[in-house]
Amino acid sequence: MVRVIPLSGRYIPKPSDVVVGTVTDVQTTFWLLDIGAPRWAPLHMTGTPWKMDVGETGQYLHVGDTVVVQIENLDATGRIGVTMLGDGLGKVDGGTVITLSPAKVPRLIGRSGSMIQMLTQKTDCRIAVGQNGRIWVDGTSDGIERVREAIRLIEEEGQRPGLTERIAGYLGSTQGTSGPLAPTPGPARPPFEPPGPIEPGDDEDDAGPGPF
Amino acid sequence: MSNEVTAEILGTHILDLAREGRRLDGRGLDEYRAVSIEHGFVASADGSALARIGHSAVVCGVKLEPGKPFPDTPNAGVLTTNAELVPLSNPTFEPGPPHPRAIEVSRVIDRAIRAAEAIDLKKLCVTPGEKTWVCYVDVHVIDHSGNLIDTGSLAALAALTHATLPAKRFGIGEDSPLAVQHFPVETTFARLGDAIVVDPSFDEELACQGRLTIATDEAANVVAMQKGLVGAFSPEDVKSLAERAFRHGDRMRKLAIGG
Amino acid sequence: MGSVGAKEVPVLLTPDGKRIDGRHLDDLREIKIVAGALHQADGSAYVEWGANKVMAAVYGPREVHPRHLQQNNKAIVQCKYNMAAFSVDERKRPGLDRRSQEISKVIAEAFESVIFVEEYPRTSIDVYIEVLQANAGTRCAGVVAASVALADAGIPMVDLLPSVAVGKVAGQIVLDLKKEEDNFGEADMPMALVPQSGRLVLLQMEGHMTADELGRSLDLGVKGCRAIYEKMKQALRDRYETGAGPAAGVAQ
Repeated sequence: MVRVIPLSGRYIPKPSDVVVGTVTDVQTTFWLLDIGAPRWAPLHMTGTPWKMDVGETGQYLHVGDTVVVQIENLDATGRIGVTMLGDGLGKVDGGTVITLSPAKVPRLIGRSGSMIQMLTQKTDCRIAVGQNGRIWVDGTSDGIERVREAIRLIEEEGQRPGLTERIAGYLGSTQGTSGPLAPTPGPARPPFEPPGPIEPGDDEDDAGPGPF
Repeated sequence: MSNEVTAEILGTHILDLAREGRRLDGRGLDEYRAVSIEHGFVASADGSALARIGHSAVVCGVKLEPGKPFPDTPNAGVLTTNAELVPLSNPTFEPGPPHPRAIEVSRVIDRAIRAAEAIDLKKLCVTPGEKTWVCYVDVHVIDHSGNLIDTGSLAALAALTHATLPAKRFGIGEDSPLAVQHFPVETTFARLGDAIVVDPSFDEELACQGRLTIATDEAANVVAMQKGLVGAFSPEDVKSLAERAFRHGDRMRKLAIGG
Repeated sequence: MGSVGAKEVPVLLTPDGKRIDGRHLDDLREIKIVAGALHQADGSAYVEWGANKVMAAVYGPREVHPRHLQQNNKAIVQCKYNMAAFSVDERKRPGLDRRSQEISKVIAEAFESVIFVEEYPRTSIDVYIEVLQANAGTRCAGVVAASVALADAGIPMVDLLPSVAVGKVAGQIVLDLKKEEDNFGEADMPMALVPQSGRLVLLQMEGHMTADELGRSLDLGVKGCRAIYEKMKQALRDRYETGAGPAAGVAQ
């Protein structure tokens, strides 16, 4: 028997994982989400903070919307139950989604969340890391593109030692510019509130209120 | 899952960036991804090339076999171009009969080769009305990361320019180079809001509001065009894109012909 | 552009600038459009354009077949352009060939560019184009017929979609090629215009044109589309005013 711990490959869901998904279908009592897993995951209307009647699901989430949800349970038939109830979970507006191999997500988070904290601070971006390798990022387009470049470095060099230093070097050397992109001095935007406790880390207790 | 749903915020972000003159991968609006061509990639073909534009990869193999000419063109060879978007190239492709998008890629590549008269078909004639060379151009997409038409046409031109007429194998004389007389290259653009970018990536193709391919030859002729996907271009857009296509075409042509 | 063959090239342009059928360079062939020509369809139209005879029918919005094509946030637009076996001189083998499939794809995308598809999620709007008699420009005649058929079916659209081909014949840019001009000319460029925005949603080209010729062809094509647009609107007005029943127009 061969079991490979893959460096790439599809996301296999685990209970309590926080994931970023795209709404692919709206039914009368639930939505279907593409979370990059083998199957679409149903999000039932009772798993949301919204009070609604059957048939009103379409008023809350549309096809193409991006949501941050948590894996609640996996049943024997392969059905993936997800919920939107919890800190840092919800629908996101604005920003964009950047993808990363699910296997590299721990490198993006870093030890005790060190890497993601550094990224957040140095780019002034709000970041929600999905264990499925989908990363929601919001900020100035400059900030977003710097996060994208950092994530690209993690994707390509994630196995090599000294990653944190290299990312820090990249972010430090490019602070205030757009790195490999042309600098575009945009209007100053107010800093964002701290990111929500998307990632269960050692220091999640001191995280601020969720971004949603 | 053939039902492709993409995060709307990704499309919005692509459009936001384009408004600032920027793109997801850091390119300028009028900049191609890295282009590379490996000539003679497949030894079993009479001409072949592996072309890459960014992460898109296409292998083209040219095979030449004796056959019958069409009754209405007894003095001319036969040229057929076929593109396959094999399921290994993208998660959204499924096995089965050719999808219309594969047929479109085939036909647009074929149209440029044919309209530019890239191959001197008369030179493929062996015995008028009876025997001629049939030139099969098979375009095999192995990694679809956007802009298949340009990648495919580049592979096809590279394969054709280095192809050999395998006369010896079929007892029709000595081998000779395939007579390529013109060099068509396709340049594809995509509309992202008011911006029009060259060489759209996979995500840009999903977010775009219309795609336009312009094929040019070495003598500054437009030889083929194809507007595809949902969206629109003004006549003024088309005129200015033709100028951009000439410029890109010259560079790509040199790469395809190569050494 | 099949000029490789052994066929004799006819005189396409006389010294005084007349075309093979006596038209000037920028003349259209005669066009007759009848809205509402079929009984079963939700919308239909029949077009006679020069020696082309093209019927279009629209079904929908209706359930999507095959079901996996269903889009949960909008209607899909499916098009089937088909040439009857007897529509050309040499019998055409029936069924879908690659040319028909490509034309079907670009026509479907052209219409999806103007139809308010988000108003009908999970449905299909099916456009069928049957070429009964062909003489160059069948896809343009098909787009014109289908566009009128969509309007006849009450499908909400940004605008009608007039369509025409421009080409290069004996070195001149000409409007609306007929068969000989298509076969022996130097370039063919079919297009479809959204009159409201002045943008093209269908554009193909094959042949040889310089940048200057391309520019002039685009301008001439837009002019031709605008003339056809008036005929399309008139056909819909006639249908509305006379309330002509199905098939009334075809036999006229």
